[in-house]
This record gives sequence, C-alpha cells and structure tokens, in this order.
Amino acid sequence: MTSSGPAAHLAQLNVATLRHPLDDPRTAPFVELLGPVNAAADAAPGFVWRLTEEGEGDATGLRPAGEDVIVNLSVWESQEALWDFTYRSGHLEVVRRRRDWFHRHVEAHLVLWWVPAGHLPTVGEALERLADLQQHGPSPRAFTFASAHTAAEAQAEAAQQPRPLAPLEAVAPLEAVPPA
Amino acid sequence: MRDIDAIAALQDPVRRRLYEYVVAQGREVGRNEAAEAAGVARTLAAHHLDRLTEAGLLASGSRRLSGRSGPGAGRPAKVYTRAAGEHSVSLPARDYRTAAELLAEAAEEAGLDAGLCAAARRRGEALRGAAAPCGGLDEAMEVLAARGYEPHLEGAGHAEGAAGAAAAGVVRMRNCPFHAVAERFPPLVCGMNLALLEGLLGMDGPVRARMDARPGECCVVVEASKNNDD
Repeated sequence: MTSSGPAAHLAQLNVATLRHPLDDPRTAPFVELLGPVNAAADAAPGFVWRLTEEGEGDATGLRPAGEDVIVNLSVWESQEALWDFTYRSGHLEVVRRRRDWFHRHVEAHLVLWWVPAGHLPTVGEALERLADLQQHGPSPRAFTFASAHTAAEAQAEAAQQPRPLAPLEAVAPLEAVPPA
Repeated sequence: MRDIDAIAALQDPVRRRLYEYVVAQGREVGRNEAAEAAGVARTLAAHHLDRLTEAGLLASGSRRLSGRSGPGAGRPAKVYTRAAGEHSVSLPARDYRTAAELLAEAAEEAGLDAGLCAAARRRGEALRGAAAPCGGLDEAMEVLAARGYEPHLEGAGHAEGAAGAAAAGVVRMRNCPFHAVAERFPPLVCGMNLALLEGLLGMDGPVRARMDARPGECCVVVEASKNNDD
C-alpha cells in the first residue's frame, strides 16, 4: 500500500458482443467455462467484487449496453492482481477463444479506472468510463492495461478538473452489495 | 552494464555452472546449496554469485533459510534467483523484437488470431518434420528444453484428481520464449504459442498440450492424452 492518499481499488469493465445467443450450441463452450472461471475470479488474490444479476451467479443476463452485448464489471485491489487473473489463470483460455464467441470490437471494449476502496461502481458509471476512453483516448480517468495510470495520477487529475464522473477524493456510498 | 558485458560474465565455467543451477531451481537458492551443486567452496561460490548479481543476471535477497526467527535464529542468509531482465546480443545488430511487437499489434487490431494460430501449428509440424507425434512426457521435456522452455515435471507420483494421467504429472515450463510480446498481447501470442506446441508435439499422439496459465510461467502444460487411458 502506498502511504499517501486514500486507498484506491481498480475497477474494470469489459463489453463483448455475442456472435450467437447464450443458449446456442456454438456458444456452449463459453457458457461451460463461466462457472469455473467466475469461481476462480472469486478466489483470486486481490479480487474485491464482481457484478452479478440478482439471484444469478454472473452478469451475462444483464444487457445494459445492447441486446447481444454482455458486460463484465469487477473491482480489484491492484492492476497486477487483475492482470494475473485475466491472463495468468484459467481465464486466459476464455480470452484466447474470444473470436469463436464474440465479434471483434473496433472501438475500445475494455476500460480500467480507479475507485475509492469500498466503492462498488454502477453499470452506468462503468459505461461512462468506457465512453470516456472511446471519445478521448486513455487518460488517468479511463485507461487500459497498455496505457495504465496510477491511482495518484487519477487523484491529481480529479483534483485539478472536477468532472461529473465519480471523483476519487469523495467517499462514495456503497451502491451495490457484494454477493454473500 | 551492457548486455554484452552481462553475457561475457558467463564465460567463467564456475560462474556459468552456478548461474545454470540457480536458474534451473526456479526458486531462491542459498550460497551453500549453490556451492555444493557447482562443486566449489562456499566463499568462491559467494564471490561468483555476487558477480552474477552485479552483472544483472541474478537478483539477490536475504532470507532465514532455517525457518527459525527471533533471537538465536542467526543472521539471514543471502539467496539468489534469476533476474527479471532479458539480455541479448546480436552481431550485426538486429531488432526482431520491435518487428514482432509491430506485427502483433497489427494482428491484434485486425483480429488475425485464427490465421496466426494456423501458421504457428504449421511451423510446429515443420519443426517436428517426419517424426511421429511426441511419444511421452520424457520426450516432450527434451523437445521443450531444446526450444528454451525450461520444462519441469510437476505432480509426478501423486495420484491427485480423478484422471489416471495425474499420476504421471504434467510438464510445466518456467520460461516463455515469447515473454515480452506475450505480456503485451497475451491472448494472441499465448494462443500462437499453444498452436506452435500442438504442432511440435502432435495433437493426436500420447501427449497433448493445453492452456493452463499461472503467474510467472509459460501458459501451456503438457500431459498424457486423456484418450490414452481409455
């Protein structure tokens, strides 16, 4: 942990456009991987929270970004923890085969941003960050693995030019409850 | 220190034995253990291990190796692991890494995963040549070692899990030969690596390669084919 500034967690949103519906046999291998990979996420070092539909084990039924667009929203203690889970766990097999199940996105489909520790981002907030990345390119407000920014950079920018996006210095209320 | 100087530090045969031993363990190694493995006195080993650290080839730290702590546990011992940095020398100068990164970036943007994997599988098959698919895990270890993967057998002898193949263990690899590009474009390059190994080892033989990524290691493991137990 850094000694200055409030503790920050890293939020990530990923959107993916299905080639075929979730109940299509061509998407079945993806659906089979959902349970084990989500369980691996929950047990991964540095995992904080992931969005799930009420009463479900995942968020694939929520379609806030389009009828055939599934979203993946989660919070991690650090960028390293998220990277290790994304690319150095059973999750890598899912991303390796992503072209089998999802259309290729021309625009950015993954966005990372810092949130105050304890804040659980809403889908609306997450989609705003993705739009920010798509419109303005990577910045401390919204970035990618390849164009990463530290929490300190995000705080410095938020202090300089306050934006309607959930500011890091604010103690935001919990807007969702983690799964039991 | 320049790469050529770091590599030149390995010309001393004792130093080279020490370096290769530390690297092969995949964990922190103390001075006594390294000295014993290289067949030299502890003080000489310590000298060379520190030269290797200065050259940027090893990284050093200190640990209480005995597991004891508090008064009477003694001074922490100096331990060594392989340094994270890469060293290469090409004469005349070549820069294949930049070429690889640019090609990977373009392939990622264009979504060329399938084409890249097909090419990698063909290359693996071409490297295997007329040979039959890899006959077993020992042979797989030799093939992988020759290509720089630093394979090691894990879980051998423990009948963990339901499959009979678990008793034979799986081959894991400490080194990713494509590390720098794989870190930048993981799904693309790890998929390419898997396809290359599928071609190299064969996809319908006694062993198979599959993805099982872990931090700090190659993303692929090699194990006995499931259909072999039927």
